[in-house]
Amino acid sequence: MKIFNQLKDHIGLVPNPISDKTRQIHARINDASMSISVCPYCAVGCSQLVYTKDGKIIDIEGNYESPINGGTLCPKGAATWGLLHSPTRITTVKYRAPYSDHWEERSLDWAMERIAQRVKQTRDAHYEERDEHGMTVNRTLAIGHFGGATLDNEENYLIKKLFTAGLGIVAVENQARI
Amino acid sequence: MGANMAENHPVGFRFVMQAKERGAKLIHIDPRFSRTSAMADLHVALRAGSDLILLGALINYVMSSEHWNRDPFFQEYLTHYTNAATLINPDFKDTEDLAGIFSGYDPEERKYDPEAWRYAGQQGKSSANQHHESQDAMARTEIVGQQDSIPEYDFTLQDPHCAFQIMKRHFARYTPEMVEQACGVPQAVFLQVAEAILTNSGRDRTTSFAYAVAWTQHSIGTQIISCCALLQLLLGNIGRPGGGILALRGHATIQGSTDIPTLYNLLPGYLPMPNATQQHGSLADYLEQERPQKGAWYTMPNYVVSLLKAYYGDAAIPANGFAYDLLPKISADYSFQPMLLMMKDGNLRGLFCMGQNPAVGGQNAVLARQALANLDWLVVRDIHEIETAAFWYDAPEVRRGDLRPQDIGTEIFLMPAALAAEKEGSYTNTERLIQWHDKAVEPRGDCRSESWFVYHLGKRLKQLYQGDTSPRGRQIEAVTWDYPTAGATQDPDLDMVVKEINGYTVADGKPIKNGTALKDDGSTACGCWLYSGIMTEDGHNRARNRKGDERASLGWGFSWPSNQRIMYNRASADPAGKPWSERKKWIWWDAEKEEWTGYDVPDFPEHKQPNYQPAPDAKGLDAIAGDAPFVNMADGRGWLFAASGLRDGPLPTHYEPVETPVSNLLYPGQLHSPTVKLFHRSDNPYHEMADPRFPYVITTYRLTEQYTAGGMSRWVPWLAELQPHGFIEISPELAAEHGITNGDWVTVWTLRGEAEALALVTERLQPLMIDGRTIHQVGMPWHFGFGGLAQGGIANDLSALVEDPNSLIHEAKAFTCNLRKGRIAGQSQGARPL
Amino acid sequence: MSATIPLIDKTMVGQHGARPGAMGFLTDTTLCIGCKACEVACKQWNQLPMDNFGFTGHSYDNTGDLAAATWRHVVFVEQISDSTGQRATAMAPFQSNWLMMSDVCKHCVNAGCLEACPTGAIIRTEFDTVVIQQDICNGCGYCIPACPYGVPELSATDHQAHKCTLCYDRLDSGLEPACAKACPTDSIQFGPVTALMEHAQTRVADLQSRGVDSAYIYGDRAIGGTGGIDGNNAFFILTAEPEVYNLPAYPELPQDKVGRAFLTTFGAALALGVAAVVALRG
Repeated sequence: MKIFNQLKDHIGLVPNPISDKTRQIHARINDASMSISVCPYCAVGCSQLVYTKDGKIIDIEGNYESPINGGTLCPKGAATWGLLHSPTRITTVKYRAPYSDHWEERSLDWAMERIAQRVKQTRDAHYEERDEHGMTVNRTLAIGHFGGATLDNEENYLIKKLFTAGLGIVAVENQARI
Repeated sequence: MGANMAENHPVGFRFVMQAKERGAKLIHIDPRFSRTSAMADLHVALRAGSDLILLGALINYVMSSEHWNRDPFFQEYLTHYTNAATLINPDFKDTEDLAGIFSGYDPEERKYDPEAWRYAGQQGKSSANQHHESQDAMARTEIVGQQDSIPEYDFTLQDPHCAFQIMKRHFARYTPEMVEQACGVPQAVFLQVAEAILTNSGRDRTTSFAYAVAWTQHSIGTQIISCCALLQLLLGNIGRPGGGILALRGHATIQGSTDIPTLYNLLPGYLPMPNATQQHGSLADYLEQERPQKGAWYTMPNYVVSLLKAYYGDAAIPANGFAYDLLPKISADYSFQPMLLMMKDGNLRGLFCMGQNPAVGGQNAVLARQALANLDWLVVRDIHEIETAAFWYDAPEVRRGDLRPQDIGTEIFLMPAALAAEKEGSYTNTERLIQWHDKAVEPRGDCRSESWFVYHLGKRLKQLYQGDTSPRGRQIEAVTWDYPTAGATQDPDLDMVVKEINGYTVADGKPIKNGTALKDDGSTACGCWLYSGIMTEDGHNRARNRKGDERASLGWGFSWPSNQRIMYNRASADPAGKPWSERKKWIWWDAEKEEWTGYDVPDFPEHKQPNYQPAPDAKGLDAIAGDAPFVNMADGRGWLFAASGLRDGPLPTHYEPVETPVSNLLYPGQLHSPTVKLFHRSDNPYHEMADPRFPYVITTYRLTEQYTAGGMSRWVPWLAELQPHGFIEISPELAAEHGITNGDWVTVWTLRGEAEALALVTERLQPLMIDGRTIHQVGMPWHFGFGGLAQGGIANDLSALVEDPNSLIHEAKAFTCNLRKGRIAGQSQGARPL
Repeated sequence: MSATIPLIDKTMVGQHGARPGAMGFLTDTTLCIGCKACEVACKQWNQLPMDNFGFTGHSYDNTGDLAAATWRHVVFVEQISDSTGQRATAMAPFQSNWLMMSDVCKHCVNAGCLEACPTGAIIRTEFDTVVIQQDICNGCGYCIPACPYGVPELSATDHQAHKCTLCYDRLDSGLEPACAKACPTDSIQFGPVTALMEHAQTRVADLQSRGVDSAYIYGDRAIGGTGGIDGNNAFFILTAEPEVYNLPAYPELPQDKVGRAFLTTFGAALALGVAAVVALRG
């Protein structure tokens, strides 16, 4: 009814018809579930509200409660839904054999086993128990790692723990120096 | 300075805007007029690579000003809170005495022996280890200082050997005239800046500096930041609300990945990696060398032993030095840039790349792609088919036909990754604030978190090494890896990981309250002492706290250490413990309750009297006086003179970038940093000073609309369309010299490589008068590459491998190049996109 | 008010025909950092596709214009040097020398598009905003020339007219529009038009007291909301002439022009008729 009250002020001669769709309009997040996230882009740390329905994310926006962003986001933060739903996002494992000219689809399980094998081969072939002065070093310089600044703290912890403490990989670096 | 906050931290910039509403003045000192400059009261265009000259001149201006010498606030802060009054070894020689270098320099090794910079009367415990082979290790004792006795002071600041007098002499040649000549900033403009900063600092007002990678990415990057720290200490702007030096970091948890480091030379919580070139043979040796006797770091053995317990569990016992030998040791620099060379030279054979795109983001990216092409295997975990995964068929050199897929032997696994909202976990933001993100949905298809990947890879490797009793078998066997898994994807239980990071009592597995509960006897385990307290004793994860307020928001997330929001906040009160002013009140001494209190968690022992004086043989925090706020340092003071801890000198000194069009006007005999790390190789050539073939200064940068090397933005339609193509910003003056009009194709080149870009001819870039001649600067965003929707020439194909000797960071913010109108020959001749 | 901005009538400053309960936007360009969060937040909420992809060379504006799938558009205008060619150093305390303005549908008090729509697809909502009902629009395109600001556009995909709805669905659920919510610096403010207009006047006075002499409101009866439009429910604080931002200073409702044209035609016909009668009599 409120619409029709307003329409009395309408300057046209005849009020335009309100369609059924317009009558039923409401924000799609009204009946959605909400979880709290943090923007994955820069280091300001904006809090985000992630709305889901039927196991799908339907909207991501800023969290008013945050003392940092108070509901706002920058264009990258505002594009987080688009990042998650990027049309070219990869969802399966792609494998490129040495000297090959094409990608092959492989199962996750196959890739995990193959990677584990490759790590073992390289590590076994290039493991140093002692350096040239006889100092115990227990390391391999033949395997390296890049990344971490866009991951989670817990993931960085596990990477450093497995790679360095467990496998003796010392060339572990992230974006802090680039 | 050194930051473009409105563009790269737009939401952080809202606080700047709120301050402006209340009358704050914003000064932007940057080679380019950016969106930050548009909001500033003053934009000061300077030559890229000359920041330290301007900062040094600010220091000189402040120290010479009547205002600063007259206001007792500055003198009180200076004498109590800094090492201004500390006497330095009388044999010390400054750059003033030795034509641009400090005493202790070894020209053969291109290294300093910091023994020459010691405080007077101090031996320096690690002197026996000074002549170690590697330049790549810096003992913790060096970083915080090691004092055998209480230093000697002259609180009148008159002694010619006190830090204050040395500093005054050192900066005397950093004058407004020099700023005009070497930075290209008119003296009148410089004086406006200097006066604004000085008058806005004091008992009742504070000035804040924000910087980002435009300060770090220089061969003297660490010293630029040190120079700012000196200025802020002089002005009493450290440890106080509205003061400080704000590092604007660029990735969601780049701070967290430094605290809990995926970095070669650090263990969690800034513990140094054991180093085979140091006396680190056993746990006892390592602790003997690394453990400072005075200051907060005295408790380091508790952290190290608890970490070993967290890593190796039952295998870590007192009898075997808590399995210290199982930790690998470093011997050299294995940081990002040397890693590229290790790959290219065939020494590093297998690489994991998780959320990083070195084919675009790596310095000398041409070399970086050659390095990738020389690997046996490469695992790329990302959300898009980024350039690092696609280089073997799509890189410019492959498109040109210089390299063919059938010549590249790298076995590549491109593994789809899950993103925040598809996994839970925490990020540490630029303010050291740790915030949790919940899992909202299951990841699609084979997308998985890194936790999942690393956990399951570890499980498989443990299986593969089962029964192997060699050291490498024992190493993987010993590492504790028994996290429960849950859910559809069988992700490891992150509550258990957070508990391990926080620390727990080994006997009952209960979380410890905070870092002070850690022990060096094996009774506690802790993955990162710095994060201790993130979990409460009853298992609540404080990174999940979400109760903000109008001031410090101590109930929102958890910030290290101990939920403190402003570090060194003891300095927000005067030496007697009273707030410097009502307006700038933050932490103060409650004489009645005999404790420190205030709006924040005090960064000081809770009950230490302001007038406490330590006994000469006191250890740890007991050695820190009640009026010494900088508790991490052995003398509790903010260092104006860094007696150790820096590889390139105890005082900030201007040296020209490795590639520069001009000579060093400050120190004509010393062009570059005497300790800059260079990689002289045919695949990484450098340009000589004022090489006429490369007359222009180039600086690289980011845009609001894109993100780092593009993996999270150039493939996302809504962001790609906002900045759809690589470009280069050129002043109309330079464009006219080359007949370039807006939108033309431009080819930029250096001895490392060449890149195409579209010309954005803009007055936001301007030629500067440097030492009597015109110097042109150009700017190129480094986001673009050959993949995704938004494409463009790779700016890092132009940059070189160079390292700041302290941070091992490169120098992409100032190097030299040439350019011409037109495209690279042989490049596919697309239509002009305009 | 700055002398540089010619107004129809100074007494019309802040005057506005908004109906009771009208909701709208105040876009204060002096606070805009040109981040384009508004553009993306709008596309995200309204699920609008990428469009018009390409490098324009117009400063940092690669969006170009408001369009069927672009309902917020940040205009960038570089005015870095002064008349002597000297680059700016000391500047006004808020946005200056590189102007950025987030343009949007003006949600006119009297809307040309609505008047022109023959199907009744365009309605005025209970919030006094102007919305195109997609289930009614037949893509005739009459609204497009009827808008004096060039806002609606026909989509090449569904061939219907599209423009900003001022997040009608969000408003109906008590949420603020996506762009205003996202804006990190509160350059885009949402609220009752009367309150926003009051705030805008205070803000302009404050800016002028701080030396931003050129600040003024665009979208009242004095400028921007003229010519029978009677004010915009989405109005702006600008610091340069409207044309600098590609906005008409004195827009007019085409219908008004039609009216005048009709009268002219009618008058002419009458005159001709009289002349004819006279002639016949003669």
